[in-house]
Amino acid sequence: MVMRSHHDMGGLPAGPVDRSEHDYEDWERRIDAMGVVLGQKKLLTVDQRRRAIETLPPEAYDTMKYYEKWVVALGQTLIQRGLITTDELKRKMLEVQSRG
Amino acid sequence: MADPQFAPGEKVRVIDAHPLGHIRTPFYIRGKTGVVERFCGAFPNPEELAQMRDGLPPVPLYRVRFRQNEVWPDYRGSANDVLEVEIYQHWLEKP
Repeated sequence: MVMRSHHDMGGLPAGPVDRSEHDYEDWERRIDAMGVVLGQKKLLTVDQRRRAIETLPPEAYDTMKYYEKWVVALGQTLIQRGLITTDELKRKMLEVQSRG
Repeated sequence: MADPQFAPGEKVRVIDAHPLGHIRTPFYIRGKTGVVERFCGAFPNPEELAQMRDGLPPVPLYRVRFRQNEVWPDYRGSANDVLEVEIYQHWLEKP
C-alpha cells in the first residue's frame, strides 16, 4: 500500500516559488469555462477533478501544466458520465492532429 | 448532518491512516495532535463527492490548531508558531 500519494507533498523540500505573472492562453480560458459549466450542471465537483488529477502518474503530475491537468480531469469525467465515449475522444484527437 | 463530536478548545488527534481515494486530510498532519479552534459547519463528504456520489449526510468540519514544532520535528521558528488545518470529523479522534 502506498503511504503518501505523490500529489500530497506538503512539507517536502521544494524550490523557490515562481511569482512571475503570466496571461492565460485561449485554450486555458476555454478549459476553465468548461469546468465552470460542468460544475453548474452538477456534472463535476472540485473533488472529482482533484481525484482525477491525483491519479496522474507522478512524472505527468510534475510536468503537466495546470490546465493540462484539467483537460485530463474533464475528459475523464465526460467519459465516466457517459457524455462522450473513449472512441469519440480518440477520433476527435486524431482529427485535430491531422490539421497539422 | 452527523452530530458534532468535538467542541472548540478540545484536544483531538488526526487519525493516522492511509486509505485509497481522494483525501482532504494532508499526509503530514496525520497522527498529529492539536486543539479544535472552531467548528466550520458541515459539508458533503469530499471523499464521496470525488467518486461521483452525493456525500450526504454532511460531515462536520473543524479548524484544528497545531504547534508547528510538533508538526515538523526540525522546526526552527518560534515555539509559539501554529498551523491551522481544516479537517473533517471522521478524520479526528480523542487522543
